[in-house]
Amino acid sequence: MKDSADVVIQIENLTKVFRVGFWGRKVTAVDRVSLAVHRGEVFGFLGPNGAGKTTTLKMLMGLIYPTSGHATIFGHPIGAPQAKAKLGFLPESPYFYDYLTGAEFLRFYGHLFGLRGAVLSKRIDELLDTVGMSHARDLQLRKFSKGMLQRVGIAQALINDPELVVLDEPMSGLDPIGRKEVRDLILRLKEAGKTVLFSSHILHDAELLCDRVAMIMKGRLVACGPVSDLLSGGSTHEVELVIERLVPEALERIRPFAKKVVVQGEQVMVVLASQQDVNHAIDVVRSVKGHVVSLTPHRASLEDLFIREAKTARQPVEVAA
Amino acid sequence: MKILSIALNTFRENLRDKLLYNLLIFALLMIGSSIIISKLTLGDFDRLMIDIGLASVNFFGVLIAIFIGIGLVSKEIDKKTIYTIVSKPVARYEFLLGKYLGLLITLLVNTAIMTVGLVVVLWARNVTVDGLLFEAVGMIFVEFMVITAVALLFSTFTSTTLSAIFTLAVYVIGHLTPDLKTFSEKMDEVGRAVMNGLYYVLPNLERFNLKGHVIHHLQVTSADLALIVLYGLAYATFLLVVAGLIFERRDFR
Repeated sequence: MKDSADVVIQIENLTKVFRVGFWGRKVTAVDRVSLAVHRGEVFGFLGPNGAGKTTTLKMLMGLIYPTSGHATIFGHPIGAPQAKAKLGFLPESPYFYDYLTGAEFLRFYGHLFGLRGAVLSKRIDELLDTVGMSHARDLQLRKFSKGMLQRVGIAQALINDPELVVLDEPMSGLDPIGRKEVRDLILRLKEAGKTVLFSSHILHDAELLCDRVAMIMKGRLVACGPVSDLLSGGSTHEVELVIERLVPEALERIRPFAKKVVVQGEQVMVVLASQQDVNHAIDVVRSVKGHVVSLTPHRASLEDLFIREAKTARQPVEVAA
Repeated sequence: MKILSIALNTFRENLRDKLLYNLLIFALLMIGSSIIISKLTLGDFDRLMIDIGLASVNFFGVLIAIFIGIGLVSKEIDKKTIYTIVSKPVARYEFLLGKYLGLLITLLVNTAIMTVGLVVVLWARNVTVDGLLFEAVGMIFVEFMVITAVALLFSTFTSTTLSAIFTLAVYVIGHLTPDLKTFSEKMDEVGRAVMNGLYYVLPNLERFNLKGHVIHHLQVTSADLALIVLYGLAYATFLLVVAGLIFERRDFR
């Protein structure tokens, strides 16, 4: 258990019920979510679209009020100015003040933190450089591409050199290069000792970046923990073996315990379910002087976990009328 | 300081908005056209020029107040720009006041330009310009403060279209409130109660109209002026407090 001083965000039973439509039908967007984000970690908040990720982040940022439950950031209740002073936030697909230039845009946000003069100018130069946007400092935001907007949006979130950076879908809408750059930026923030909380529905990004992840489905927290723990629990690891020059009778010896066999010309691909089976198969191959071309362990991915959880979470639509 | 930063950003936004320039050009054309119109009348052409001039300043200022005012808050919510402001150490009321002051700065600059245009036109036609004209413009500006607050209030809880309609309605009815009183006397109990209610709730915008005084050279005492300004400020403050209370509770979805 972590020391309470190391807890940056503490969420307890956070719930949001929206009233929608003319009759004010109740829809539970976030249902009793509890979790903690620790200092210095990259925390991924995962879930399919509409799972309640953005709603949770907005509650943390003081943009919407929780129906019940509560949360603290740096020990302060959400919405407290002391907490906001130490965090940076990038909203999902933001549209910024398009009449401002890159530099004016950052200057405005700097002013909101009470930054002025030479200190602010220096910070703006640094940030534009960090996000690779120095060329756009005097260009109006209306002429920016989506990737450029996302970058200047990240710069905006970092203007106060925050200890906690909250990014809502930072990779969405970016091309592969842009995504890699955002990933690198998140890793740089981690190296600098910052705490990063980001939401995503792209699991690959989370797998590469996160120390811990929380998975949310239909407003409920379904899993939370280090990526490796979440992945090792559940299905056993499979191993894919590709073999050449395997005589047919040897293949028949392997077939009974193989999970799957695919013959493609000279090559045979065999999927095996346990380490024991792998050893056994290799013994067979060597005894007939076959050739092992490759041996690839199939690590369960977050994607598998995601789909598994989505299946179990498939229940009647959550409407408490 | 944060309020001022938001105000200046809003002012900058307005300056880069084409709508503002269109309205300003129309206002100046309207003021200029009074020269031609006055030539078509017999005598008293200076009265007509002052009348048209001040009415133009008022009308176009109100258009700016309404059409920019209704978008002040709703546009920030629609474009999600408010997410980045409210998540910074900025209180919601600071944001609201900043937006309000920003539009007032825009209106102040516009009113100054329109007034200069009016004075130039009047000088060109050798019409004497006295201090009363500037007092009248000053009161028009106080009216803008009220109208902007009305627009801002509506924009904190309804769509831009409805805000525009409501604010325009308040502007029109606000200039007719004495008639409400007259109507009510000819109505039954219920009708009278409704009319009287409206009379007291809606701003009496005719109080800010000093056109008649300027035309007939009737001096307004400084006590009267102070009272009008006080009335305008009190009314605008009341609206801003209500807007602030509504805005404080809002979820930004």
